[in-house]
Amino acid sequence: MSENPDRGWFDDVDPDGLEGAREAIEEGRADAPADWPALAVEAGFAVDEDAYYDRLHEATTMAARETIREREAADDRQLVHAVRAMDDCERTANELAERLAEWAGTVDPDARTGVDYARELASRADVPPEERRLVSLADRVVGLADEAAALRAFVEERTPVVAPNLAALAGPVLAARLISLAGGLESLAKKPSGTVQVLGAEDALFAHLHGRAPSPKHGIIYVHDAVRGTHPENRGSAARALAGKLAIAARVDHYSGELKPELEAELDDRIATIQARTDSGGDTDE
Amino acid sequence: MSDNLPAGVERRDFDGVDRLATRGEPVYGEPTDGEWRAWDPTRSKLGAMFELGMEGGFDGGDTVLYLGAASGTTVSHVADFAGPTYAVEFAPRPARDLLSAAESRPRLFPLLADARTPETYAHVVESDVDAIVQDVATRGQARVALENRRFLADDGRLLLAVKARSEDVTRDPADVFADVEAELEAAYEILERRRLEEYHTDHLGIVARPR
Ligand SMILES: C[S@@+](CC[C@H](N)C(=O)[O-])C[C@H]1O[C@@H](n2cnc3c(N)ncnc32)[C@H](O)[C@@H]1O
Repeated sequence: MSENPDRGWFDDVDPDGLEGAREAIEEGRADAPADWPALAVEAGFAVDEDAYYDRLHEATTMAARETIREREAADDRQLVHAVRAMDDCERTANELAERLAEWAGTVDPDARTGVDYARELASRADVPPEERRLVSLADRVVGLADEAAALRAFVEERTPVVAPNLAALAGPVLAARLISLAGGLESLAKKPSGTVQVLGAEDALFAHLHGRAPSPKHGIIYVHDAVRGTHPENRGSAARALAGKLAIAARVDHYSGELKPELEAELDDRIATIQARTDSGGDTDE
Repeated sequence: MSDNLPAGVERRDFDGVDRLATRGEPVYGEPTDGEWRAWDPTRSKLGAMFELGMEGGFDGGDTVLYLGAASGTTVSHVADFAGPTYAVEFAPRPARDLLSAAESRPRLFPLLADARTPETYAHVVESDVDAIVQDVATRGQARVALENRRFLADDGRLLLAVKARSEDVTRDPADVFADVEAELEAAYEILERRRLEEYHTDHLGIVARPR
């Protein structure tokens, strides 16, 4: 049987460390199958067929796991674009809504700023010809706001797939923003927690490094309840604790993809402790 | 009920309902009873084929090539009762769950590959498997079965679920099935065919052996 022209996946694979196994499985080719278990034993790759199947299981699951992780990681690019587009649509809708309010104020005594007013204006029937442009602009504002909402729904749905632990801890939108600010899940996973803590506060950090400002305590993680819900005095500690867990979550998501619900419980514990400090501190200080 | 069930597949009582079951870790939230897990025929074409009494020709410890493993719903049951089970799936997303199913099943081998190109996994999947189970639900289902004939032992069995709508949504399923069967005849002799209607709309179950 060893004159079989095709080679098994195991031919150049180290039987112990299974080095090269993934490449051999994914890149290998053979026109016809063969009695691979017997051939592998004959070639000394495994002592018997049971041992061969054990190695095959290890090799195929390892190869599949890595491929899945790589393809899913590619999805973080999609997420980065989507969350940036969402922010752009929201910001543009709000800016245009202001422009619209200013203009509408000249013809409508009840003109207000905001997307809700734009929606009202856009749905108006019997528009006199001189107000057509105004109403058409309102229509664009509404369209942008709707697109922003649709993008938000997309981000909320995709983030838990790309980064389940980070999404659970930060909420899907903040998680997507962190990934976006870092430039991808892999780069986020490689950042120390101190950097995660100030992501989004680059301007303040820059000023600080040039001696023009105090060091920023937090970047966009400020919007997280753990920070916002904590007394200003202790927000630094809260931000540090949160950033620490977020950094771990990003690493788990990038490197293993396993679910670690305990991270959330640990964070809640830690934040409760920090917040208790202010409560009891307040009692003793006064 | 004449029991054509493979060894390791049993009818058991789950909350007063008689259901197919295998022994293994649960995979898709199916009810369990001790080590046994119910096999839901509405979520599995092979489960439906067994439920309808189709004869798969399994005789214990069989080697199986499974094409279209998706998230592992059916192939996990197969690995529970069969021997070495090669699971081919080309979409990475469902394969993540397939991977979890494989974790507790040491003889289930996940392969991210395209079932239309067997040469990309013939260096891994062994020759002379006892059964090919196919549920790919894409256009060209007969072609996939023909291409994979090379893996099957001469006395092995093909257990094929054909989804009519995957071939052509506009045609009458009966016509689609007739074409698929005619195409299969090139390499297989059809032993049994049954519509799976009770469990899966517009699906045909086929058991065949190589010519
Ligand atoms: C109906 S689902 C299979 C469900 C599965 N057999 C079960 O019962 O648990 C069909 C699967 O076949 C996969 N598939 C379709 N074409 C394929 C191909 N050419 N190669 C491998 N997998 C394919 C699809 O990605 C999909 O996951």
